Amino acid sequence: MSLDLILRIGTKLILPFILLFALYVQFHGDYGPGGGFQAGVITAGMVILLAITFGLEAAQRIAPQAVVERMVPIGVLIYAGTGIAGLALGKNYLDYSAFPPDPVHGHELGIFLVEAGVLITVSGTMTALFYAFVERGR
Amino acid sequence: MLAVVTIAIVRQRSLFSVVILAGIYSFLMASVLIVLDAVDVAMTEASVGAGVSTVLLLAALHLIRTTEMRSVRTHVLPLFAALGTGAVLVWGTLVLPPFGTPDAVIHKHVAPRYLGETVKETGVPNAVTSVLADYRGFDTLGETTVIFTAGIGVMLLLRGARRRGRSDRETGQ
Repeated sequence: MSLDLILRIGTKLILPFILLFALYVQFHGDYGPGGGFQAGVITAGMVILLAITFGLEAAQRIAPQAVVERMVPIGVLIYAGTGIAGLALGKNYLDYSAFPPDPVHGHELGIFLVEAGVLITVSGTMTALFYAFVERGR
Repeated sequence: MLAVVTIAIVRQRSLFSVVILAGIYSFLMASVLIVLDAVDVAMTEASVGAGVSTVLLLAALHLIRTTEMRSVRTHVLPLFAALGTGAVLVWGTLVLPPFGTPDAVIHKHVAPRYLGETVKETGVPNAVTSVLADYRGFDTLGETTVIFTAGIGVMLLLRGARRRGRSDRETGQ
């Protein structure tokens, strides 16, 4: 373990920036390239890098397996729930015009919620898959 | 280069090299997509195709043998099927309008409305995001559900087999 000092220090240095970049991709997706899918994969990549360098336990301290596995359905529910909220406010399913404060900003809010759902599902699925493979290999 | 990598993937027997070459292929594909000005798709290709799927495939290789079995039969029929499909696809591209034509059919349908009205209607300047999450929200909901289903399926397969193995061992003792 002490042999890969450079790898460990390098990983430690780069991890926060990977997470920051993922958040940038997520929340700047309205203006530049990016969105929930890409940000979710980058977030999962951060956890996987951590697991590869520091071992599965270190990664599961940050992203516990139970949490990660619950994120998979929660994201889909947020997405579908956004659609239901549109229905409840008197518009069509996944029509964001009904959201406050006005139709244009309602669309922004709706897109934000939907992208958050995608982010949660994608990052949860990728990390959970990696955990499942690693556990199986033991 | 794409062709060279593809041939290398087909010829290669070591699955480890195949996974790495597939990662290289994804990165080349991402560069192609950047040249086509599809930055969002290029980003997805680089992160999903080259990043996460390489890691997941390597994790899968960890569980199985890493050399491909030499096949017993020669594959004449699949070769002809592949060549035939490829030929039909190339034949189909011959009647498409030249690349980048502004008055092609696909640019006349809903694309002008998406591009022109996206800021006015959604307040989101990136048309790709507004199309994905708003105008085509149902499709993205479907995609998210696909990821959800696939993830649950793989987890069930990996977990279920492990549990069965354990119970077999317990009954054996």
